[in-house]
Amino acid sequence: MAEILVYVDHVDGAVRKPTLELLTLARRIGDPVAVALGNGAADTAAALAEHGAVKVLTADAPEFAEYLVVPKVDALQAAVAAVSPAAVLVPSSAEGKEIAARLAVRIGSGIITDAVDLEAGDEGPVATQSAFAASFTTKSRVSKGTPVITVKPNSAPVEAAPAAGAVEALAVSFGALATGTKVTARTPRESTGRPELTEAAIVVSGGRGVNGAENFAIIEALADSLGAAVGASRAAVDAGWYPHSNQVGQTGKSVSPQLYIASGISGAIQHRAGMQTSKTIVAINKDAEAPIFDLVDYGVVGDLFDVVPQLTEEVKSRKG
Amino acid sequence: MSLRIVVCVKYVPDATGDRHFADDLTVDRDDVDGLLSELDEYAVEQALQIAEEADDAEVTVLTVGPEDAKDALRKALSMGADKAVHVEDDDLHGTDVMGTSLVLAKAIEKVGYDVVIAGMASTDGTMGVLPAILAERLGVPQVTLLSEVSIEDGVVKGRRDGDTASEQLEASLPAVVSVTDQSGEARYPSFKGIMAAKKKPVESLELDDLDIDADEVGLAGAWTAVDSAAERPARTAGTIVKDEGEGGKQLAEYLASQKFI
Repeated sequence: MAEILVYVDHVDGAVRKPTLELLTLARRIGDPVAVALGNGAADTAAALAEHGAVKVLTADAPEFAEYLVVPKVDALQAAVAAVSPAAVLVPSSAEGKEIAARLAVRIGSGIITDAVDLEAGDEGPVATQSAFAASFTTKSRVSKGTPVITVKPNSAPVEAAPAAGAVEALAVSFGALATGTKVTARTPRESTGRPELTEAAIVVSGGRGVNGAENFAIIEALADSLGAAVGASRAAVDAGWYPHSNQVGQTGKSVSPQLYIASGISGAIQHRAGMQTSKTIVAINKDAEAPIFDLVDYGVVGDLFDVVPQLTEEVKSRKG
Repeated sequence: MSLRIVVCVKYVPDATGDRHFADDLTVDRDDVDGLLSELDEYAVEQALQIAEEADDAEVTVLTVGPEDAKDALRKALSMGADKAVHVEDDDLHGTDVMGTSLVLAKAIEKVGYDVVIAGMASTDGTMGVLPAILAERLGVPQVTLLSEVSIEDGVVKGRRDGDTASEQLEASLPAVVSVTDQSGEARYPSFKGIMAAKKKPVESLELDDLDIDADEVGLAGAWTAVDSAAERPARTAGTIVKDEGEGGKQLAEYLASQKFI
């Protein structure tokens, strides 16, 4: 079977969930060969093998951490040259998309970003994407070169599929552009102990109706009772109530969880763009006319300051 | 030596309008009002701020698009940009990101630049990869997705807030920069700015002017193909209840019935 390169997103050897989802999709179209770069690259092998990687190519060098994006493009290009894959899959993070795009130009290939599904086709892999704030679904393919496709988190289940996962060192030589942009400082994001927003199975979001940074505590309490991530609408972020890293919508994160709970969010098109593909949508809003109610599977017209705490208590007591 | 700033902007269908695909599966640009992509306003704003800080600077806004795309250029000029360049050619219809980046890169080289500034993504295609591709094509550093940016003594510095970390970046000019919607509120054009924009030069370029063949761009020259586009079925109407003291409990009951609890 043809080999499919899978770019591994990991933090010091801990593989992030979207990469495991990519392995599920890669197995549909060929044999996954993983590429792990930077500190802890070799430590990723066990998790990758367990989820279907037949091979794990690893490279570590200070350049991967000290310079932006380009060293990783050099390495991925070296992997493409070594493997001659039928496709290259990359997680749709901000960095992942940039790596994929630069790789695509270099190898003369088309690129598809933010796929939400992938299947084998007669003329190569067919990617499903959402367009226009998720009001349309398109099917596309790369028509020139080796398809380079980035895939959004939560697009496929994580499946155990043990494979050899043999670790091989990847030889990388860095080009002149690799050291162009220096990373002079890096501050890791403080861990909240909650799931990553884009990866979470449940997201609880607050909007304008939350009416103050201090009130987000009730959103967080509900999230914690459900083991959920916390999101915020642009209005809440612009007001300074919650960090931009938690913003859901066109200019923030796009999420596709099993359950999305919108509290005090009217549901403007910009917000819908980031959550419309959620499997089940629930909303709590004082305004019965709020457009968010057009999307919901279940809605409560009411004051979130009454409904949310009551829901949190009920969830806690049911979970015992 | 004047600091030459080129801002790449896109004319997009209004996101609050009813956006559709045309029969050839390209974005329908006829039936929906267009405007300067909101995310590009942030790029224009940062360019103007950098120009104001510099001793001597010139801000050129550049777009690739149909006749109406001039509206986007006018908006940027009325905000305060000095001049505009519009690449317009019938052969560009259906061009994908690879073709667009080729056209932009050639136009940027023709105009001359020390720094290129773009928005984080367009509000229609939403790929967010064009700035990185431009850097690759131009062979200069990419300093992208900045929430804070400054240029001093030929060096661009900025803060990039990523998924797992916030990074401080630094690169020598020439470079390609992109800025997020966190970089600072974009100014509104003043009446004076709107009047002044009418007199600012807008240069038109065609593919011939950039030594680009028609088959390198357009729908046929695209490196990707859209096979189908379907409207997402409207979500089936859900259950809506009014909270009369038990709303939270009712919601919990629903979540339990769906096995979320």
